[in-house]
Amino acid sequence: MAEKWRQEWDGFTPGRWNRGSVNVRDFIQHNYTPYDGNEDFLKGPTIATKKLWDQVMELSRQEREAGGVLDMDTQIISTITSHGPGYLDKDLETIVGFQTDKPFKRSLQPFGGIRMAQNACHENGYEVDPKVVEIFTKYRKTHNQGVFDVYTPEMRLARKSAIITGLPDAYGRGRIIGDYRRVALYGVDWLIEDKKHQLATSLARMTSENIRLREELADQLRALDELKELGRIYGFDISRPAANAQEAIQWLYFGYLAAVKEQNGAAMSLGRTSTFVDIYIQRDLEKGLITEEQAQEYVDHFIMKLRLVKFARTPEYNELFSGDPTWVTESIGGIGVDGRHMVTKTSFRYLNTLNNLGSAPEPNMTVLWSTRLPRPFKEFCAKMSIRTSSIQYENDDLMRPVHGDDYAIACCVSSMRVGKEMQFFGARANLAKCLLYAINGGVDERMKVQVGPKYRPVEGDYLDYDDVMSKYDDMMEWLAGLYVNTLNVIHYMHDKYCYEKLQMALHDREVKRYFATGIAGLSVVADSLSAIKYAKVKAIRDEDGIVVDYEIEGDYPKYGNNDDRVDDIAVNIVRTFMDKIRKHHTYRDSVPTMSILTITSNVVYGKKTGNTPDGRKMGQPLAPGANPMHGRDTHGAAASLSSVAKLPFRHAQDGISNTFSIVPDALGKDDRLFMGDIDLDLLRQEAQDE
Amino acid sequence: MAELVGYIHSTESFGTVDGPGIRYVVFMQGCPMRCLYCHNPDSWAIGKGEARSAEEIISEIRKYRPFLKNGGLTVSGGEPMLQQEFVTHLFELARKEGIHTALDTSGILFDPIHPEKVDPLLRVTDLVLLDIKHIDEEEHRKLTGHSNRNILAFAKYLRDQKIPVWIRHVVVPGITEDPRWLRRLGAFLAELDNMKALDVLPYHTMGKVKYEKMGIPYPLGDTPALTKEAAIQARSEIIKGIKEYFKQR
Repeated sequence: MAEKWRQEWDGFTPGRWNRGSVNVRDFIQHNYTPYDGNEDFLKGPTIATKKLWDQVMELSRQEREAGGVLDMDTQIISTITSHGPGYLDKDLETIVGFQTDKPFKRSLQPFGGIRMAQNACHENGYEVDPKVVEIFTKYRKTHNQGVFDVYTPEMRLARKSAIITGLPDAYGRGRIIGDYRRVALYGVDWLIEDKKHQLATSLARMTSENIRLREELADQLRALDELKELGRIYGFDISRPAANAQEAIQWLYFGYLAAVKEQNGAAMSLGRTSTFVDIYIQRDLEKGLITEEQAQEYVDHFIMKLRLVKFARTPEYNELFSGDPTWVTESIGGIGVDGRHMVTKTSFRYLNTLNNLGSAPEPNMTVLWSTRLPRPFKEFCAKMSIRTSSIQYENDDLMRPVHGDDYAIACCVSSMRVGKEMQFFGARANLAKCLLYAINGGVDERMKVQVGPKYRPVEGDYLDYDDVMSKYDDMMEWLAGLYVNTLNVIHYMHDKYCYEKLQMALHDREVKRYFATGIAGLSVVADSLSAIKYAKVKAIRDEDGIVVDYEIEGDYPKYGNNDDRVDDIAVNIVRTFMDKIRKHHTYRDSVPTMSILTITSNVVYGKKTGNTPDGRKMGQPLAPGANPMHGRDTHGAAASLSSVAKLPFRHAQDGISNTFSIVPDALGKDDRLFMGDIDLDLLRQEAQDE
Repeated sequence: MAELVGYIHSTESFGTVDGPGIRYVVFMQGCPMRCLYCHNPDSWAIGKGEARSAEEIISEIRKYRPFLKNGGLTVSGGEPMLQQEFVTHLFELARKEGIHTALDTSGILFDPIHPEKVDPLLRVTDLVLLDIKHIDEEEHRKLTGHSNRNILAFAKYLRDQKIPVWIRHVVVPGITEDPRWLRRLGAFLAELDNMKALDVLPYHTMGKVKYEKMGIPYPLGDTPALTKEAAIQARSEIIKGIKEYFKQR
């Protein structure tokens, strides 16, 4: 690779990043300016920002009135270059680009599955062009079709009964973060040279693996060409590096935009961009090229675009995710491995968009929290959380040792090194239902059919802890195997028919892949087993002898109260199931991980899970993520949080989520004017002066 | 000797309004007062609650040390001074571990004739959260069923002993909202140079549910909750009262 210094880089400190290989982290480490101050420098929205946002709010209103979708493309298959330029107001936008030729128009993405695309249109009052349907049923196979060609009857049944659920077998798997910063730092031509070099130096001994790699690299090269074309459509030459802050954000956004034009993934996260962007803003500010108002305006307009990422989705999909989430997660802050914190002024500017544009769930602003973050930033985060409830926090001190200091979060909790690691999204196994299968010998409690293996069900009126545990262990063993194999099918087919060529073009050639399984219902399982162990649980059977309900006699320790008797059960379940997952072969030698993170789909999973021995009734939601069951954590927040904190990250490396709600007043009295310190000496002085 | 136990109503691991910082709060069971606005009628009965030793509670608190860095332990109630011996022991243990101690009390059990009886407890108390229900003797009786004499005497005793206090005052529409009462309260507080904070707590109606559950009539009927604005106003009336007192000197 050429080692030529580019004039666009003038003012930057050189390092390994400019000496022939892609290395964004090295660029950041050599060039970022940590910021220890507070938020006083921040600026409000410009007139242009306000006008644009008013326009967005108006379109949002129209979209709501239209029933949730304003416009859909039914003819043009979305690719990186499929659509001409689209604008809100070309003269006012400092950052441009939409997925189609206009805002709020959803694109047509059939590669994951034509039926899903058809349903998404149909349910919203549109119909996909019959020609497109014909192409994708007769001539071009989709991911969805590939998966169902291979699924075994057992897999289909497990999917139907929802013991394995939310599988990305009919839609895009997502959870892959392209390193969109590379587009800004190097320009696309440079990346193309690099990819060509990778292809030229890839093994030519034609095993299946090498053939696949070479084909993928060729696809990636095509995607990079298309990316350049996308820039041209909007009037930019992104073949060269970005030369200033506005270009850096624009280039980066083109990278991301190309990804969401190509993929309708379950989570299309952005990465870790704020400190990268700050380097460009800082350089422009120091040169006197822009003002703080302009810097904030670029950021506001960028975030506005991210808020307007939209996909065509079915009502069932939206029900599963309780809304229409895109998971444009941006990771902010954290500590570098050299000990310097990575908070910059642009970390503040990103969060400030919640003031300037109002609070919003997207992009999912995620602060990589460490006890060592600068205090003014912590205080600003706290203030913004109280004001907007829109910030997610993740433990950087826990993740940094695993991923270093240039990782980002995909979706809500999945951590990966940007451009170096990716994951195969695995939805989740319903461990609460698995417990019911253990009790009923593999018979589904709702469908009343044999889904799991026909093991011996529990006998007698009362559940015995050791007996249930031993049966549960067997049933988890079965579930783990079936689950991993189902995911193997899905990811093989997704790679084959719906490959993320642009996102993977913004990765290294040698990528570490995670096989990201997940579990749902942890707190129900922990409480159920605790009830069986510490109270008496009577099994109630229906006329077929299937246990369909439970009577609890006495009380039992409940997860969420910092009580080791039950918390240890939860810890043990996490470790046990993860160990069972580890036993199986995973597609592309990916590294198995597990998450405990159902943030919204716990509601739907609950609907599909019968009565459980903890006293939860059929249809009631499971708790989200690793949360205790609603209302059962009775010893205050510190107790509840402490229970969750016991779960071992090394056995749940894809993340543990806890949804924490608290009324701001209960967080202390700083903001309450009628409470607070009093100084009699001061009052005496004032009285004398009056 | 039988082990000293306390009768505990409940505990809270994340208290943020009962003293500085994040606090572990122990609510003691039993209270002689019957304040009309009480939102914890289930804490009245004496002799109920869970019997626990101070050692047990301290080992529980130890699990929360990282949370309590800038906070500590608050004992509230019920009326904690009903179980003074137990609370004293609990505070002694907390002090040994370097945990900040706060006593949230009405002061009703203070004995002005033998004030020294409270000394063992005060020796291990870093902060008293003193709840003055009403400044007027007669009105106080109507509101709580007791005279406020002991309470006001306790406030002065705490001043003489130089124990820092936070004064708390619940403002109820139609009962304590009258500016006359608030200013008179201010005049009394002006002499408490150990006062570090003044918290005006707006009356709320969240206690109603508990009365319904316990099958007892709710004494304040449909009295509305006090608004935040009214609470701000009430606090400034008290401060006016403090300043008027100083002006008269």
